[in-house]
Formats: sequence, structure tokens, C-alpha cells
Amino acid sequence: MQGSYAHHLPASDARRRSRRAQAVSFIGPVTAAAGVIWAIVQPYRVTLLHPRGQGFWWLLVEPPLLVVLAGIVFAFVVARPLLADLEEHDAAEG
Amino acid sequence: MLPKAEMVHWGFAVGILLVGLCLLSEAIVGTEVWRKRPWRKYLWPGLAFTLGVLLWPVMAFFTNSAIHMYAHGSWAEVLMLAGGAELGLVHGRLKSRWWRLTWPLAFAVTGIAFIVHEQNPWFFARSAFLHHLLGWTFLIAAIVPLLLVWRPRSTALQSFFALSIVIIAVMLFCDRDVAPVFGHLSPLAGVQHR
Repeated sequence: MQGSYAHHLPASDARRRSRRAQAVSFIGPVTAAAGVIWAIVQPYRVTLLHPRGQGFWWLLVEPPLLVVLAGIVFAFVVARPLLADLEEHDAAEG
Repeated sequence: MLPKAEMVHWGFAVGILLVGLCLLSEAIVGTEVWRKRPWRKYLWPGLAFTLGVLLWPVMAFFTNSAIHMYAHGSWAEVLMLAGGAELGLVHGRLKSRWWRLTWPLAFAVTGIAFIVHEQNPWFFARSAFLHHLLGWTFLIAAIVPLLLVWRPRSTALQSFFALSIVIIAVMLFCDRDVAPVFGHLSPLAGVQHR
């Protein structure tokens, strides 16, 4: 009974850690994908697709692209180093 | 040359979305891992504080009535207070967990200000609908940071808190100056521009 418990605990721990890493690594791409889908569903919200006659602010502030940008920034600036730290932390814990 | 009000909402939506994503990541990996790098522990409290500071120019340049000015000013104050208190807590300068009450306070004040400063009914236009919806969302969601004061390590509460902030960002992205909501647009709202 004890042997079985000792055998199964590390496996479930590893699965949980893997799920955490997967969840964090998905946040950025899922956010960026939401922005891309939004741009496809409402292309008129992306003024870069029809820039003629648009003012400065309309060309600068484009909500679907802002969502894509937020996803990319999060993935590279936050998620990537966080995953490295998570891996290091899990390795230290054994 | 000022941007339209809806663009300001979208700009703030980006900041709020990033705060929500950071909170969600912290909820997933745990506070210990999240704070492994010194800069990261200041990230979302710093963002929240910065958003509070940026609300002051919004108050100065984008409010066209006293009630709008009071609403935006009160958001700036409570967001700076909550962000600043969180910065103090993660830095270790502040010790008492009661400082975390600044978050439910910020949510409650924001919710009340949203509802009070929206003078039009729900289906007047999309912006009116979203103001009411945001107000009630903030008021109801205020219970989550309130519970976090007593259960700061609860993954479920941290996740709810993060997701409520992401939902608020989505609502702000949906905002338009003059647009219909579920087919309703009052003729008094003006001409829909896009």
C-alpha cells in the first residue's frame, strides 16, 4: 500500500506541474489568437486594412491589434521567464 | 487632436488586460514562483498604480460634466491607493493584511461611480449599457478581493479575481462612443460613426 502511494504521488505531482506550465504558456497565444479572431470577425475595426482618410489616432489605436500586442508582450516578457522559474522551482522541489 | 473617448477606453483596456493576465499567471504558478524575480512582484501592482495616475489626465481632458469629473477623479484615487498599497505590501514596507482592503474599496467605489455617472438607461446606447454592466460587475466582483483579505493564498479566489479583471478589460474593448447595443440605439445618442 505504501509502495503504491509512493509510486503514484510523484507522477501526479509531475502531471500537476506540467498542467501549470501548459496553462501559463497558453495564456499569451490564446490572448493573441483572440485578437486575430476579432480582427477577422470585425475587419472594419482594423483601420490599417483601409488607411485612406483615417486620422492619426484611428491608425494608432486599433483594438484587435492591441489585444494581439498584449498577448505577444505577455508571452515574451512575462510568461517566458516565469516558465523558466517554474521549471527551476519544480526541479529544486524534486 | 485628442483621441476619442472610446480610444481612451481601449487604451485602458490593454493595461487592465495585462494586469488580469499577470494575476491569472500568479494564481496558476503560486505566489512563491511569481515573486522569484524581483521585478515581477512589482509588475501588476505597478501597472495598477500607473493606470491610476493616468486616470488624472483623463479626468482633466475628457470629462464634460462635474459628475464625470468626480467619477474619474475617484477612480484615479482608489486605483492609486490600491496599487500603491499592493506595492508597499510586496516590497515589505507595509505589513498589515488590512491594506488589501483597498482592493474591494477600489472595486466598490469604481462600481458606484460607473453607475452614478451614467445618466442614461441601459439600452440608450452601447456605452450606456457597458457603463451599467461595468458598474454592477465591479460591485459584485468586489466580494472576491474582500474574501482574499482573509484567504490570500486561495487559488480559486485569485483566479476569480484575475478573470473578473480580464472580463472588465473585454467590456472596455467593446465600448464605442455611439453604437447600438442588441439593436437598440436612441436617436438622442447621435449618429453612429462606424
